[in-house]
Parts: sequence; C-alpha cells; structure tokens
Amino acid sequence: MTPRARPLSPHLHNYRFPLVALMSISHRITGVALGLGTILLAYWLGSAAYGPAAFNEASGVLGSLPGRVVLFGFSFALFYHLANGIRHLFWDVGLGFELATARRSGVWVIGAAVVLTLGTWALALS
Amino acid sequence: MVEFALPANSKVLPGKSHPAPQGAKRVKVFNIYRYDPDSGANPRLDRFEIDLDDCGPMVLDALLKIKNEVDQTLTFRRSCREGICGSCAMNIDGANTLACLKPIDDIKGEARIYPLPHMPVVKDLVPDLSVPYAQLASIKPWMQTQTPQPPDREVLQSPEDRAKLDGLWECILCFCCQTSCPSYWWNGDRYLGPAVLLQAARWINDSRDEFTGERLDALEDPFRLYRCHTIMNCTSTCPKGLNPAKAIGGIKEKIAQRQF
Repeated sequence: MTPRARPLSPHLHNYRFPLVALMSISHRITGVALGLGTILLAYWLGSAAYGPAAFNEASGVLGSLPGRVVLFGFSFALFYHLANGIRHLFWDVGLGFELATARRSGVWVIGAAVVLTLGTWALALS
Repeated sequence: MVEFALPANSKVLPGKSHPAPQGAKRVKVFNIYRYDPDSGANPRLDRFEIDLDDCGPMVLDALLKIKNEVDQTLTFRRSCREGICGSCAMNIDGANTLACLKPIDDIKGEARIYPLPHMPVVKDLVPDLSVPYAQLASIKPWMQTQTPQPPDREVLQSPEDRAKLDGLWECILCFCCQTSCPSYWWNGDRYLGPAVLLQAARWINDSRDEFTGERLDALEDPFRLYRCHTIMNCTSTCPKGLNPAKAIGGIKEKIAQRQF
C-alpha cells in the first residue's frame, strides 16, 4: 500500500498575527507599492520633458480626485516604509529586540507615518 | 515557495460534535483538529463540549479529559505537564504554545486547537518534526574544540562568559517559534528557522567553543540565516519567554562585525 501524503497543517488562515508581525508584512506591501508608485512619478517627470501640453495632461490626471487618492496612498506608503526602515536600522545594530520595545517602536512608526503624511498634505494643499 | 492555500488533501472539513454531559454548568467548547491517516479522509474539526467544573485548569487537562472520557482516539504528544519537555506544543487560539502552560481561562469564546502550523501531520495534533530535527543536527549543536581538554579538570568558563548563554540554554526545542514563522512556512526547506538559529547562537556565544568562525561561515547564506526578516512571531509566541529574533540579530551582527 502506498502511504497517503500527509496533510499540511493550517497556517495563515489560522494564525492570530501580533501587531509586530502585521507591520512586517505591511513593510513589504508598502515597498511593492512604492515600486509601482515610482512608475507614476516617472510618468509625471517624463511628461514634463515631453512638453507643456503633456505635462498639463499628466498633472490633470494626478490632480484629479482618484489621482489624489492614489498619491495620498503613495505618500503614506513612503513615510511608513521610511519610518519602519529606520526601525530596521536599529534592529540591525542589535537594538530594540525586546518584545515590549518592538511593540512600542511599532506604534511610533505608525504615528510618525500618519503625522508626516497629513503634514505633507496640509502643506501641499495650503 | 509561498503558497497561501492549503493543498486539496489538507482542507479541514466539519467533524463530529460531542455535547456536554447533562447538568454541566460551566461548558467550554473545544474545536480540535483531527486527522486519521488510516481513514484516507481529509482532516476535520471536531467539537467537544467540556464541563470546566470537572476539569483541570490547563488546556492539556482538557485534552487528557477528552482522551480519557470522550474519545480515546484523540492523539497528541505530552509528557512532563510542566513546560520543560516541549512535547505538547500546538496551535491554541491562533498562537503556538505548550498546552500544559496555557490556562483554559485565557481563551475567550470557543477554543481552537490545531497542530503546529505548516507541518506534515502524522495524526491529529502530532506533526512530523523530522525536518527541524535534521536542521538542528546540521548546525552541530555540541561543543567543538581543537585544544585537548586538560586531563585533571573541566574546561572552565568565567561567570561573565557563562552569562552570555542566558536566554539561549533554556530553549526546550518545542518548535513553537519555528512553526510560527511565516518565513519558515514559505522557505522551511532552506531557511533554518528561529529555534535552530537560537541553538546556533547558543554555541556561537559559548566561550569554550573553538569553531565560532566555522559556525558563522555555515550560516552566512541568503537562505539559512537571512530569511529572517524580523517578523518576531518567534519571540511573540515562545512559551518560555525567550527571544529568538534577538539571538538571530546577534548572529547577523557577528557576521557583519568580522568584515572589519
């Protein structure tokens, strides 16, 4: 008799992820978002090189409501990734590995990302 | 490889229901993962209603009560029932821990009990741990020296050097951390995982071991060590309160420092 392949025990669907873990996957997701968002940035810069008409059109697309929503997400991803990247630098030199510290630094990163994003938009729209 | 969904033979189906005995006042529901290798059927989730007034305080007590009184086929590993053997490691309430150290009262609502995540299941709550054991053997978890041992006494160590092993020697190899790590889920064939790397750190930090360089050489690899992305599920879940993430960070630091 050939033995039946053993089943794989449940993992993702089953696990209750702590904040520190959710922030880790968010770091990767925002990294991917930044990569894609940079294409948008290149499109805007490229249009400026192409001529005033193209630049006006690109600015119109990015300045529209859906465009602004995407840019808002892009800016949040940028600040989150930046702040969490600094948190990673502390880990790289061996600091902040205690669980309580890692939780606290996580809350600081989220706070910093929110404040920087809102501050940037307040400046841009004022 | 990253594969989010479970294979077809691993999907968990609804199982049997075992109601509480009549007159039970404090009823707690335990939903327990079951897999019978002889039946050829998919795993299922059985529901057991247990009277807490007639049960010990820990999850392991409930499992033993079920095995003794409700369903003798329920299969799980256990031995010391005091958190030092590491046998009863399982996924309880969405986190890996030892059933003997997990109070039932800490679980809100219905309890969900699964085997350690992303492992081949032998039966019910018993995972096949051969891969992590082989990985442990691969880091040579024993003292390696070239200098012959003095004939008249032990190899000595200062209290300061001994203190460097604190937080490492206490590991009981239950593999709660190993199987909590998403990086280990996706790359468990090549990434050594938090439990094995903590053991590696235990020997790297030992002042009496003379093969520190070779040990670091063996770990300096994109997969074996550097699949750790500081997700910290290991540290969050360790039932002994140890910090594998910190131990792994320490190994990375040592590898970086020896470049200078």
